[in-house]
Amino acid sequence: MQYFIQQLINGLTLGSIYGLIAIGYTMVYGIIGMINFAHGDIFMVGAFTALIVFLILVGLFYSVPVVVALLIMMIVAMLLTSLYNWTIEKVAYRPLRGSFRLAPLITAIGMSIALSNFVQVTQGPRNKPIPPMVSQVYTIEGISVSLKQIIIVVVTAALLAIFWYLVNKTSLGRAQRACEQDRKMAALLGIDVDRTISITFIMGACLAAVAGTLFLMYYGVVVFSDGFVPGVKAFTAAVLGGIGSIPGAVLGGLLIGFIESMWSAYFSIDYKDVAAFSILAIVLIFLPSGILGRPEVEKV
Amino acid sequence: MVQTVSTSREEVANPFPQAIREALYAGAISFGLFVLFIGLKSDQNIRNELILVQRWGLLAIVVALVMIGRFVAVAYIRPFVANQKIANIATGLFPDSAATRFFRLPYFIAAVVIAAVLLFFSGTLAGALSPQSAAYVGLLRGVAIIYALASVLFYFRSFILAHFSLLSVILLVLYPVAMVLMFGFQGSLKWVDNFGIQILIYVMLAWGLNIVVGLAGLLDLGYVAFYAVGAYSYALLGTHFGWSFWILLPAAGLMAAFWGVILGFPVLRLRGDYLAIVTLAFGEIIRLVLINWREVTNGSAGISGIPKVSFFGLFSFNVSDPNYIAKVFNIAQSGAYYKIFLYYLILALALLTAFVTIRLRRMPVGRAWEALREDEIACRSLGINTTTTKLTAFATGAMFGGFAGSFFAARQGFVSPESFVFLESAIILAIVVLGGMGSLTGIAIAALVMIGGTEILREMQFLKAIFGDSFTPELYRMLLFGCAMVIVMLWKPRGFVGSREPTAFLHERKSVSASFTKEGHG
Repeated sequence: MQYFIQQLINGLTLGSIYGLIAIGYTMVYGIIGMINFAHGDIFMVGAFTALIVFLILVGLFYSVPVVVALLIMMIVAMLLTSLYNWTIEKVAYRPLRGSFRLAPLITAIGMSIALSNFVQVTQGPRNKPIPPMVSQVYTIEGISVSLKQIIIVVVTAALLAIFWYLVNKTSLGRAQRACEQDRKMAALLGIDVDRTISITFIMGACLAAVAGTLFLMYYGVVVFSDGFVPGVKAFTAAVLGGIGSIPGAVLGGLLIGFIESMWSAYFSIDYKDVAAFSILAIVLIFLPSGILGRPEVEKV
Repeated sequence: MVQTVSTSREEVANPFPQAIREALYAGAISFGLFVLFIGLKSDQNIRNELILVQRWGLLAIVVALVMIGRFVAVAYIRPFVANQKIANIATGLFPDSAATRFFRLPYFIAAVVIAAVLLFFSGTLAGALSPQSAAYVGLLRGVAIIYALASVLFYFRSFILAHFSLLSVILLVLYPVAMVLMFGFQGSLKWVDNFGIQILIYVMLAWGLNIVVGLAGLLDLGYVAFYAVGAYSYALLGTHFGWSFWILLPAAGLMAAFWGVILGFPVLRLRGDYLAIVTLAFGEIIRLVLINWREVTNGSAGISGIPKVSFFGLFSFNVSDPNYIAKVFNIAQSGAYYKIFLYYLILALALLTAFVTIRLRRMPVGRAWEALREDEIACRSLGINTTTTKLTAFATGAMFGGFAGSFFAARQGFVSPESFVFLESAIILAIVVLGGMGSLTGIAIAALVMIGGTEILREMQFLKAIFGDSFTPELYRMLLFGCAMVIVMLWKPRGFVGSREPTAFLHERKSVSASFTKEGHG
């Protein structure tokens, strides 16, 4: 039982990171109906920005309180990463809006390749390890919980609360939901659709940047190709939860995290990704639009 | 980097204030984007700690380049294009008016003379000049040759367009011969193998994927899985049982088709992007199984020593065999024979793919694919069995992927899961879309441009002379590939050959309002 709870905690940590990235996918999909393939690499850019900010902080000041360092890393990562996502949307996706479905997908894949290779060229291809930032571990009745895991879950929960408030209670969120339902009608009613879409990308990037910072803090290492695997997992999570649905993305992220940690604990660690992908396929066979997704009603 | 769709008259007349403003914006944005990534570099010192190296000079250069680029684009290129559009309306000759000014007879003669002189004196020049200026001379020669070739293509464009397929097949058949004549057997290896075979493999893969994506309209992000199935089928059966390539080629195709059906069954109910993620997941599952099922696949170390292809058993390309080609024909030993043979083999396989695609498009199943792509509901209402239609598309596409895979295994002599990553699927899909989905010619051109373009970067050693020895063009290969994907897509959203002509239509064509079609206008 203790072992099970331990795995549950590990899964919750992983799932939080996946959930944060998955929201970016699902929001962009909901509003303009495209798979933003570069989102995984946006996450990687966030992690790298956090790494560089960490190195600057270590270089400038001899010792910085961990909380302050983490906050600064997150804020700078959020700013720069949203700048990246904003620019990408402007340059690569906006001119193709209204073009056929695969065109923005291809530019997104191109951007994903370009981003990861840009980081490889400018920062070098090697792993970038940092000294552990947080190392306390608490043990309660045989279950060990590290402070890192607590930070990840708390930060994720706080962000989700803010995010929920933004989407459900503000005029910005209302505009977003309106654009999601009917972009043309929203434009007729005086909503600046372009601006709303830009803000959606910025919000997605902010969440991905926080996920990147937490990822760096948790694993203590980042490399230019790190965007792909978490990106695909988060995308899987978004689809599993029902793409376009924000609670679905969080639920999907947690599910993928649980599946992964349980599978590595009870079966084999080699096949944990195979398990996650297979469960996606099985779920989609029975629920073709994900767990919380609205079934697509096609009118002729 | 702000895209303005329409330009007003004042901007066309006096674009400089606007250009300066936009250049400043672009500079500020690029500074923000690059300040941490180019201005600083995280590097490891001797004690394996990460430290930051400062590169503010480089950052300044990059930001300045972005600003200049934006300024030139707004101040000169945009008005030029706008003026050309006006000229276009007046004369109806936009593409020609710009091109005829660029390709003129005196320029052509000058280019031919420069190229000829430099080629003729290349030996003496190389001795007389320093390596750096020799590199510039090499660059000049390359530009002159490309310009001369482009002019020839331009002057004969109507003839070339009329007989495009025939001309390109003739060119492809003659290509190895020309390379051998120009560079000798050893020198031609690189051109036949790295360029010819490499590009043709991608052409074949893209034509295979085209059946699934371009004809049937099913988005497949895991096509490389079938390529892997084909490659591992040949690698495993060939090494363990010693079966011949000619038996295993169809076997690999069947195996891949079988897996195509296996993938097809569960995903039949899914549409659009759900299908995309399941195919992506399928591709990843295959790759992960190949990595982890070590007893059979030897894990990430891969399988080596895969037997070579023989010429239908008549003679082989193994030096130790009694019927080695050089012994049979009494000629000098060379590795180039095998490469040239492989070139013709992949050319034949690719042409087979094209032939089958062209014929299938005219058959009921091909028409059903195209109908399915345009409108699934209409398809079902007309009594087309969408299940079998989708399954045949998956199976046929997968089969060609399997053929290409077994060829790949035979060519490399070694397979490992490294070769079957998602990036490969993405590249193949990009080629299909960039080529203009459904158009075989466009796809071949896209493969030539994208794969040939990145391969040619490996050859750009003169850049080393310009930027210093530490500059490696290969490093920028994928970065440029990604950027090229974006730029080509923005420039031609419908692909190089972007018409979407249905194979069959009623004789009287009517234009259909945009609201009746899902994508674009009819």
